[in-house]
Amino acid sequence: MSTKDDEMLKELALEEYKYGFTTDIEMDIAPKGLSEDTVRLISAKKNEPEWLLEWRLKALRHFMKMDMPAWQNFTLPEIDFQDISYYAAPKAKPKLNSLDEVDPELLSTFEKLGIPLDEQKVLAGVVAVDAVFDSVSVKTTFREKLKEQGVIFCSFGEAVQEHPELVKQYLGSVVPQTDNVYAALNSAVFSDGSFVYIPKGVRCPMELSTYFRINAENTGQFERTLIIADEGAYVSYLEGCTAPMRDENQLHAAVVELIALKDAEIKYSTVQNWYPGDKDGKGGIYNFVTKRGICKGDNSKISWTQVETGSAITWKYPGVILKGDHSVGEFYSVALTRNKQLADTGTKMIHLGKHTRSKIVSKGISAGTSHNSYRGLVKIGPGAEGSRNFTQCDSLLIGDRCGAHTFPYIENRNRTATLEHEATTSKIGEDQLFYLTQRGIDPEKAVGLIVNGYAKEVLNQLPMEFAVEAQKLLAISLEGSVG
Amino acid sequence: MLTINNLHAAVESQEILKGLNLEVKAGEVHAIMGPNGSGKSTLGNVLAGRESYEVTAGEVLLDGKDLLELSPEDRAREGVFLAFQYPVEIPGVSNINFLKTALSEIRAYKGLPPLEARDFLKMVKEKQQLVEFDAKLANRSLNEGFSGGEKKRNEIFQLAMLEPKLAILDETDSGLDIDALRIVASGVNHLRSKDNAFIVITHYQRLLEYIVPDFVHVLYKGRIVRSGTKELALELEEKGYDWIKETVGAENAV
Repeated sequence: MSTKDDEMLKELALEEYKYGFTTDIEMDIAPKGLSEDTVRLISAKKNEPEWLLEWRLKALRHFMKMDMPAWQNFTLPEIDFQDISYYAAPKAKPKLNSLDEVDPELLSTFEKLGIPLDEQKVLAGVVAVDAVFDSVSVKTTFREKLKEQGVIFCSFGEAVQEHPELVKQYLGSVVPQTDNVYAALNSAVFSDGSFVYIPKGVRCPMELSTYFRINAENTGQFERTLIIADEGAYVSYLEGCTAPMRDENQLHAAVVELIALKDAEIKYSTVQNWYPGDKDGKGGIYNFVTKRGICKGDNSKISWTQVETGSAITWKYPGVILKGDHSVGEFYSVALTRNKQLADTGTKMIHLGKHTRSKIVSKGISAGTSHNSYRGLVKIGPGAEGSRNFTQCDSLLIGDRCGAHTFPYIENRNRTATLEHEATTSKIGEDQLFYLTQRGIDPEKAVGLIVNGYAKEVLNQLPMEFAVEAQKLLAISLEGSVG
Repeated sequence: MLTINNLHAAVESQEILKGLNLEVKAGEVHAIMGPNGSGKSTLGNVLAGRESYEVTAGEVLLDGKDLLELSPEDRAREGVFLAFQYPVEIPGVSNINFLKTALSEIRAYKGLPPLEARDFLKMVKEKQQLVEFDAKLANRSLNEGFSGGEKKRNEIFQLAMLEPKLAILDETDSGLDIDALRIVASGVNHLRSKDNAFIVITHYQRLLEYIVPDFVHVLYKGRIVRSGTKELALELEEKGYDWIKETVGAENAV
């Protein structure tokens, strides 16, 4: 590295995380520690039926018996599960009926994050938002408008109260409580999240979005999202996330389950920008998330798109179980790591039905001393006649102290299946940078251009307004990473 | 416009330019010729500010301003343009978007607002016609999958769009067939004016039949050893570079 690069790297370290502020609000926080009492407390706070409490307790008992995984490509830091508070909610009236009842401090927090919760301020019905602050959903917009078409979009807690039959039928049906250690933990202590149901034949009239915000100290966020698209339905859903800058690591262990019935389509996009920690790797969110969808019916489709720029450690593999014949699963990912960030992410495509198709496009970008891994599984079951998979994994390195790794696993048990795999690793070349700066372009902007060009195939999958956001985010995240 | 005094430059601590002097005035076209390894491309890269080239002595002034002090992007904004011998491919970045960014940055440096989209597109259209650049290529990713000739033509299109004071063409003729050469040369001729200047680096005299230079310089072992008018290029073509090597060798012996 030349001295010029070093200077730039120093600048990069000083680059502020834009969303690092904290909100000062009176909170109801559960005492630290994890036990059956903790679970009972959460369940009682949420006024849950007995069956759900039992479901949680079963998950907890399972969690207590499980060992931490050891197969990952990074050293998993010791997490003291007794040192975390599992419930934190802003003190407020028990039930919010209108925006006037939402604490103005919370409204201004989301306003600051660029998430207006006032429907009047949103341009004619572009996006409906569920805003989750620590452990609870504070506001879901456009509910009435969506209801006209039979679309249910509400917090998970409300769904448990108002649509228990749907929750009971589908909760844990894609990600069982016993799936992995963090899914088990989430199943035991999940506090809120979003619930979506799109009825038969309905094309959801607007983008649905959940915005997750961690605010309180020493807490974890364990949200649960459940999206059901009934026969012939369509929905596009986006989640965004940010957290304040804190010196301690915070745990985020979410579970997302998607269910697409016959001829239904779910498009799930994530722009993940949790606090990544400082330049020395101090603080930041551990983002250990289980996301999975099932194409239950024939001709159904589930598409995951993710832009991952935040978190100290990201560990997630959004997958699709392709059960219905002719169903389609897609995974488009851009994962950017810098400083000491670690990302181990990819997908699982499980082909069970006949003529099922999956497509995986993964674009890793590593800068600083970060490490970025793609880990993916493509599994073709014996009954998956004529199935196809296409996988493309590209890695882009910025500087010479970072790492990119690829772990593609393939299990094929049907001879008629076709699998293709392509992988490339490239470095942002001095010649590419010089070419752009020679045309008068600032070096940082030049890197932004190159990276956005590289990630274009994935960014193109995002809904328009979010694609613009994601492009900016990538450029901001890279500021100063190259000389 | 451009004054180069006693320029010494090294690549990986090997000295390539060993005391080069050159004076270029507005409205002039200077050809730099020379055998392989004489330092022709080094000169272009040093003027544009490529990091791997180290200036060990001498000065370069652009309209009185110390060029060597400036970063590559500021040199570009001051009006230095290098048409690359090997233009790189940048996948996913559209040619037009790239040019819009470049033009906006150059304008911002001069305190001008970015062009309105309409005016920009009008300019794109005009310049495309001026240098006979295919509109389809303008909308594709920057040089991605372009043929060698298309890449060179894209350099001239960029030159037309960015309107630099001083353009350095680094072996723009290499790898071009006669038709492409003619188009590239005609583009350059359209862009010549009393306010700008060109340094045309070339190995062969062929390009100079189309872009007629005011001065021809022969670079050999890091120094300009002969300067003259366009006839010098013809003489070189006829006698070959060995003639230079012998005469310079003889002069040095005396």
